Amino acid sequence: MNATAPLLRVENLDVAFGETPVVLDVSFTVNPGECLALVGESGSGKSVTARSLIGLAGPGSTVRANALEVAGVDARGLSQRAWRSIRGKRVGFILQDALTSLDPLRKIGKEIDDALRLHGSGSGAARAARVVELLEAVGLDDPVRRASQRSGELSGGMRQRALIASAIALDPALVIADEPTTALDATIAAQVMDLLGGLRAAGSGMLLISHDLAAVANLADSIAVMQGGRIVESGPAERILGDPQHPYTRALLAAVPAGKPRFAPLSPASTRASTPLPDTPQESQAGGRPVLRAEALSKSFTVPGGPDFAAVKDVGFELHAGRTLGVVGESGSGKTTTARMALGLLAPDAGTVELFGEPWSQVPEAARRTRRSALGAIYQDPLSSFDPRLSAGALLADALSFGATRNPRKHAAKISELLALVGLDKDLAGRNPATLSGGQRQRLAIARALAPNPRVLICDEPVSALDVSIQAQVLDLLDDLQRRLGLSYLFISHDLSVIRHMSDEVLVMQGGKIVESGPTEAVFTAPAHPYTRTLLAASPGVVSGR
Amino acid sequence: MSIERQELPPGDPVLAQHTAKRPAPGTRGLRAVAARLPLLLSAAVLAFFVLAALLPNVLAPFDPLAINPVDAFSPPGAAHLLGTDESGRDIYSRIIHGARPSLLIGAAATAIGLGLALLLGTIAGFGGKWLDFGVGRILEVLFALPGLLLALVFIALAGPGVGTTVVAVGLTTAPGYARMIRAQIIALRTSPMVEAATVLGRSRAKILATHILPNALAPIAVLGTLGLGQAVVWAASLSFLGLGSPPPAPEWGAMLSAGRTYLALAWWMTFFPGLAIVLVAAASTVLSRALKTAGAR
Repeated sequence: MNATAPLLRVENLDVAFGETPVVLDVSFTVNPGECLALVGESGSGKSVTARSLIGLAGPGSTVRANALEVAGVDARGLSQRAWRSIRGKRVGFILQDALTSLDPLRKIGKEIDDALRLHGSGSGAARAARVVELLEAVGLDDPVRRASQRSGELSGGMRQRALIASAIALDPALVIADEPTTALDATIAAQVMDLLGGLRAAGSGMLLISHDLAAVANLADSIAVMQGGRIVESGPAERILGDPQHPYTRALLAAVPAGKPRFAPLSPASTRASTPLPDTPQESQAGGRPVLRAEALSKSFTVPGGPDFAAVKDVGFELHAGRTLGVVGESGSGKTTTARMALGLLAPDAGTVELFGEPWSQVPEAARRTRRSALGAIYQDPLSSFDPRLSAGALLADALSFGATRNPRKHAAKISELLALVGLDKDLAGRNPATLSGGQRQRLAIARALAPNPRVLICDEPVSALDVSIQAQVLDLLDDLQRRLGLSYLFISHDLSVIRHMSDEVLVMQGGKIVESGPTEAVFTAPAHPYTRTLLAASPGVVSGR
Repeated sequence: MSIERQELPPGDPVLAQHTAKRPAPGTRGLRAVAARLPLLLSAAVLAFFVLAALLPNVLAPFDPLAINPVDAFSPPGAAHLLGTDESGRDIYSRIIHGARPSLLIGAAATAIGLGLALLLGTIAGFGGKWLDFGVGRILEVLFALPGLLLALVFIALAGPGVGTTVVAVGLTTAPGYARMIRAQIIALRTSPMVEAATVLGRSRAKILATHILPNALAPIAVLGTLGLGQAVVWAASLSFLGLGSPPPAPEWGAMLSAGRTYLALAWWMTFFPGLAIVLVAAASTVLSRALKTAGAR
């Protein structure tokens, strides 16, 4: 499509670690002003592919290719020294985690200045001017002040932009971005995507790596879907998104919750819990007594050397039996603080929580303890909520016996039943959770939460650390369990499409306050508050579906 | 990490080979043994001294207290492997017999130090704000005095002797352990793991006993092994100053002290007891590091 030579030409790329191949026979090209998205789930080889393109495949790796041209240079057999002249100057690399990719002890400006200085670009004063220009270009307000701040003083979105500024400091012809928006809130992610779109419009070639087809849909010209180290389907973005041929691409697209009706399965039948679903939906008792009720909750935290920080202000809600109440908002909106108060882990400064009509937040922990079995919780990072010394079976035995025993043999039958309920093989009982995959860990966390036979589950970002395809399976499982066991969920997420798919009612939180609440469809189709509209605008596909 | 690159002829489809230090299959067994050599040597050294402490008469050819002026100051040789001291006592036999008091003092002192630290650290980490404050100030007072001075003060008050040495060394090492245990407990107390246990309805005491202490103690076991070697050095230092085991008992620190006078004349009198102390300290350090890596895996 372009007369000039491609910026990136990869033919038959193979990467292996020791004897284990992780990338097999991968070929693609990227032309100037063009964006290729490499999409697949964790372990599909997409990140290793991207790293091979800058000579950082990693220790113990063997990289082979029939052709590997990066920004006009034949990159086969380059020394590390030669690679260094390519990285930064010809290829900018943007990593997912800006918090760990930036040195916390150095000023942002210095970090960017390094890239300029190492490649011998201009005098000190000229470089300082260029740093400010770059920070302005990536949309940071007050760039002069930002340049003298350290990464800890910036928010997640600002850090990601600072990282992009350092990656594009030398005007690289090619930009490689590995999950650039995965860790970001929707509105910030939309801004970063806009920024990347601007770079592409200015003529940069771009390689975008993501696990989420929906996230790249707006930016990519063409998409290559990777599975098990191979490209299983590739082509123009419209064709891949509109008329996917390969079953895996279809599964990835189906996994996107945006625009799918409530309870519609997101994952292929083969990956869902084995037992068929006895379809006896719990009749919603919206008129009855709520199972969990919060009234006028407020909580402030003391900040050393500053005014108190009001994390939650005047929050109230009602959760009814068999229903899901979604809580959506960006980081810092008070969602998790609300959840911790509902769980009785944090005493509210003002306001009350009632469980089944009885006081919950105002009573001492000793009085709550006997009633705790009715209320379960699952978290974003299940592994950190497990005792690292216990096997999966021991964790479940502990939960089933109310802490009396950790011997899995004492509750073998019940453990197998729980594992089957969440779609895990019973042989996994002997494994340490650290050796399980992300999806398996979250299933195990759900099994443990279900062990005391709770009526209410509080789910705090249960799927935000998971790939879209795994997320689909976990969401389907939660849906399935709700219908089978008549559970009520307080479901917290920053992802609007997930909230819309899961919730009957929704609360939109901003800065510790509820800015809008109501039935999910009403809030999403006719948002009344400007903040809700901003959130929806930043999440393409949530409103219209596809 | 060092990465070796293989230069390849142009046109070869292999573009770069990053080879981590990974041995060829045939040499793998040998290399594995070589990589673990320090660990194996350390285990052997400690095993030797433990055996010496348990069965000194099997390993030692002479009576450690038998005076034989004719043989005084014999250099290391066939008759006396490591030479003799000013009274003609066999140095090798004295080192073997010295293993028991040295190791016992080290182990007992470490146990006392860890026990005290466990108590203080748990109170500070789990007892709430005021107890934490109180214990924190006590630890600061203990920290304010140099370790050896603290031990000397204690011995000055309680009188010299083996028992006092053990308590003195234990007391000296306790504040450091206590702070680490406190930090471990505080980190675990606010961890998602403990939160999850609370949500499941476990009591505070139950959580402390089943989740917090077992997880806090794993790293402390590593420190204990490291501390064992250190405690042996401490005990030897006190004996060297004449405040530990009374003469003529064969104790490494006391032997070091006795040999000091004759350093120019008979270097082996100080060198070999010193070597024994260094070997035990080094071996326990290597072993604790191996424990630490095993725990991290």
